[in-house]
Amino acid sequence: MSSPEINSTQQDIDTPPTPLAPAEKGSSLWRDAWHRLQKNKMALLGLVVMVAMCIIALLTPWITVYGYEEQNLLLGASPPSAAHWLGTDTLGRDLLTRILYGSRISLAVGFIATAVALLIGVIYGTVAGYMGGRIDAAMMRLVDILYALPFMIFIILLMVIFGRNILLLFLAIGAVEWLTMARIVRGQVQSLRQQEFVEAAVSIGLGPWAIIRRHLIPNTLGPVIVYTTLTIPSVMLLESFLSFLGLGIQPPQSSWGLLISYGVETMEEYPWLLIFPGLALSLTLFALNFLGDGLRDALDPRASKD
Amino acid sequence: MSEDTGQNVLSVDDLSISFKTRDGSSKAVDAVNFHIARGETLAIVGESGSGKSVTCYSLLGLIPQPPGVIESGVAQFTSQGQQRDLLRSDKQALRSLLGNKIALIFQDPMTCLNPYLTIGEQLIEPLCQHKNHTREQARNRAIELLQEVGIKNAEARFTSYPHEFSGGMRQRVMIAMALITEPELLIADEPTTALDVTIQAQILDLLDKLKKQRNIALIFISHDLSVVASIADRVAVMRAGKIVEAGKTQQIFKQPRHAYTQQLLASVPSGAKPAQACQPNPQAPALLKIEHLKTVFEQGKAGLFSARPAPTIAVNDVSFELRHHEILGLVGESGSGKSTLGRSVIQLIKPTAGRVQLDGQELTQLSSKQLKPLRQRMQMIFQDPYASLNPRMTVFDTLAEPLLYHRIATRKNVTPRVLALMDDVGLAHAAIRKYPHEFSGGQRQRIAIGRAIATKPEVIIADEPVSALDVTIQAQILELILALVERHNLSMLFISHDLSVVRTIADRVLVMHQGQVIERGDTETLWAAPQESYTQSLLAAVPHL
Amino acid sequence: MARFIFMRLLQAIPVLLVVITVTFFLVRLAPGGPFSAEKAVPPEVLKALEARYHLDQPVVNQYLSYLGDLARGDFGPSFKYPGRSVNEMIAAGLPATTELGLYAMCFALLIGASAGVIAALKPNSAQDYIPMSTAMLGICLPSFLLGPLFMLVFGVWLEWLPVSGWGDIPGDKILPALTLASGYTAYIARLSRGGMLEVMSQDYIRTARAKGLPEWKVVLKHGLRGGMIPVIAFIGPAFAGLLSGSFVVETIFQIPGLGRFYVQAAFNRDYTMIMGTTVLFATLIIFFNLLADIVAVWLNPRLRDLYRGKGA
Repeated sequence: MSSPEINSTQQDIDTPPTPLAPAEKGSSLWRDAWHRLQKNKMALLGLVVMVAMCIIALLTPWITVYGYEEQNLLLGASPPSAAHWLGTDTLGRDLLTRILYGSRISLAVGFIATAVALLIGVIYGTVAGYMGGRIDAAMMRLVDILYALPFMIFIILLMVIFGRNILLLFLAIGAVEWLTMARIVRGQVQSLRQQEFVEAAVSIGLGPWAIIRRHLIPNTLGPVIVYTTLTIPSVMLLESFLSFLGLGIQPPQSSWGLLISYGVETMEEYPWLLIFPGLALSLTLFALNFLGDGLRDALDPRASKD
Repeated sequence: MSEDTGQNVLSVDDLSISFKTRDGSSKAVDAVNFHIARGETLAIVGESGSGKSVTCYSLLGLIPQPPGVIESGVAQFTSQGQQRDLLRSDKQALRSLLGNKIALIFQDPMTCLNPYLTIGEQLIEPLCQHKNHTREQARNRAIELLQEVGIKNAEARFTSYPHEFSGGMRQRVMIAMALITEPELLIADEPTTALDVTIQAQILDLLDKLKKQRNIALIFISHDLSVVASIADRVAVMRAGKIVEAGKTQQIFKQPRHAYTQQLLASVPSGAKPAQACQPNPQAPALLKIEHLKTVFEQGKAGLFSARPAPTIAVNDVSFELRHHEILGLVGESGSGKSTLGRSVIQLIKPTAGRVQLDGQELTQLSSKQLKPLRQRMQMIFQDPYASLNPRMTVFDTLAEPLLYHRIATRKNVTPRVLALMDDVGLAHAAIRKYPHEFSGGQRQRIAIGRAIATKPEVIIADEPVSALDVTIQAQILELILALVERHNLSMLFISHDLSVVRTIADRVLVMHQGQVIERGDTETLWAAPQESYTQSLLAAVPHL
Repeated sequence: MARFIFMRLLQAIPVLLVVITVTFFLVRLAPGGPFSAEKAVPPEVLKALEARYHLDQPVVNQYLSYLGDLARGDFGPSFKYPGRSVNEMIAAGLPATTELGLYAMCFALLIGASAGVIAALKPNSAQDYIPMSTAMLGICLPSFLLGPLFMLVFGVWLEWLPVSGWGDIPGDKILPALTLASGYTAYIARLSRGGMLEVMSQDYIRTARAKGLPEWKVVLKHGLRGGMIPVIAFIGPAFAGLLSGSFVVETIFQIPGLGRFYVQAAFNRDYTMIMGTTVLFATLIIFFNLLADIVAVWLNPRLRDLYRGKGA
């Protein structure tokens, strides 16, 4: 967290007022949090799994042997073997390939929809929390109303009416998830606003933008990061849920929800078609949730006391 | 009330406690010995972190283990001829004593009562638990006791919830709850620290009276020597887990032997302000002029069927002047509006009516943009050094911010200025890149003071700048403030609830009560002859060494 | 308290209106009508059909007359199943959905809250890790995966419990209710652990211990009320989640409930059915949110006074 200005200005001191003792490097809250996170083995494991998964998902088209639509009707459904590590589905398509292609969709939905939620939520929450008073009350009332709406039903409705459009899916899911983000950010900003260091910034004469940028946002970042990490799995779950219902990704594209839904149909004869996609989804959710929990513990100032 | 060891209710020998931390273990209590007899008050005094509370809680099994470890010690508790070692009693045996023979009163009456249960329910619990009273019997006893501790209309108040009582009343309820089983030993942990000075005096009187009536042994834990002076028979001074000195109250206060006790006593603010090299000139024109200032807070909002609740008038028609090079004290109890007044003057809160003039320039009508150049000339120091610094900014960032923002320095030449500021407030240069959480409370307050004087202001509003600090640190910070006022020719509005502190630092004093300034005058004149009855009661309530 | 409830009911009206309006126009915006899917209907038949369902009238008129019908509790006829009204279909599906939801809620509250409290009593011990890891499992195994797995393990491999049906064979309600409850059980367990940990570190808990009360009394009498507040606040949203979760569970276990009807109606573009179920679900969700708020206020004496208008 050392800013380049400090390093550059230190060379400008011609004659320091007193002999400078070697400046001790301060340890910022971020550094402390990182040290705490490193001690949490499950969270670290989650982080490693997620990074690995993202890399594999990005490289999928180049590392897979089969195409995701490549059928082998003669083979049909076959259990795991040397040629097909996780077996094949009823059309003889390689399950591992389809799971890897599915991971691209699931992760993309997870990250993009979360980014949408993050963007809307942080801006909305910051504005509401900073303005306070009537504007805040009106803005939060809107969030309350939206909360009361049966959103799942609306998403289903949207998907039915406007067709299964993946872009729409991102928007629809993002539009649901921003509500909680807005609430969290607004709560943070509101409590920070009453802190004396923000009052101090006002009495120095800082403008609202400088206060938001220098004093509010850096201090809301912790909870936002934690909640983002926890939003990604819930978004991925939502996408799988919709795909499972047949309302999300369309075949022949594959997504974990879709694969699981096929797996259910044939689970008595070919259980691996249910178990492996299920495992992929659960593993990801585990990794992200453990990472999120670990981050929460690491970034929570109360945790640093013991 | 002598040191008759035969009558000891509790005698503690060689008590050592450590806490396991990530980096090993730290000793919280180190070979502590003390004893107390019936009818006696033993005060355990120390600054924060001295181990005074841990000592008492550990005897009662109230510290979490782990991380706490009781390493050694014996704590003999004698009740009706029966002796037992509290540290070697099992949980069951300890529970039968707690809330029965041994009772506790805690610091903050706001958080120590269960907000979800009526005070009646909480009062009768010990009786039902230990004395097998029926609820009806317990209720009658509780109402008697509530009357005894001074709760009016006790019968009706029995079914009230804690939030319906004021802080002082809650502490009375806590006392009633502690005494309801007629304990032999009462441990009071900072029972008056969270209270206003007049309430504090009442609660101290009540505790003393009840203790004498019942011939209880009272252990009084406090950081405040002057409070202890009025109530204790014997005093034990703790520092870093050790009792450094113990003895009769008179002896400790008159002839302290240990250097730390002497330092503590010397730190207690007392007496008048030391003479300054240059005195404020009463004839000089006022630097800051406040006229008929009024600040009103709207409460809640009007519902469809309910009228809007009446607004609170926090500051009501206040006028005063701050002269060049003057420290003007502003005293008042909690809720008197003194903090709101300070914030209204510096335009953190927009006042509802009235005028604030800095050097003849009216501030209340200015937009925040127009205010910006004037903010350089008027700065604020806040109470809580833990909340007043941005935890994600280094000392450098914090101190450089006002300099850069007001273009007093550029990024190129700001560092020497920051270092000079650090010299000014007594911070080591090496700490420039450290973050607030790496500092102690006193050091943080130094950073906050550095930020306030960075723009070379003429006026500083200090809102309880030393209230959150231990007494020895408090003395150092007060000294620093006085030195800075001299050096930089500052004028200061010094807001505090602590009359002794105000007396040692202020040239003139305003007394605030319910939003209004009810009395004002030169500090020593006011102390010698307060006119208003409120001021008189306030001054009478101040505990003295 | 009565005024508080009344006020909240008043506030629910605009929310419901928004739901109705948005759904109504969203459905009308959709390309293709309910009868366009079927193969070439003769124009005169189509006209007759549209006239019968008032689809030939201006949208505003349709909207107003729909509102009027709703006010009388009439959801209108089904577009897809001639001769059946939406009211009838809802009446057919609602009991199973409600029953399923209630069982799941009870499971979730009972198991979740007790697991959370037990975990919070000894944080960072086996007593904490075991229930909380199980809870993590519940969160990471979504119902559409857990349900089939349950069926596979308990129904097909072990043959302990029936895998489909509703009220036909004894025990056929256990797996669906467990499946639906799992995620919420886990979430409630985490919430109550957090809530209890927070409360048990409060000063008034120390006061209760200082009175020499046995630990179980400290926890149940002094801790539980405050510790359950986050859980209570979650009941409203949880109910909404249970309703949408019932889509999957009813589909998997072939339960003749509203969720399954809704998914079918969505695929069939059965407008009146979609609208009817949406409005009903919205009403239920608003109702349960209100209920959760009332319980929260009732549990907290400070809030109670605030709404009673008594000075706090």
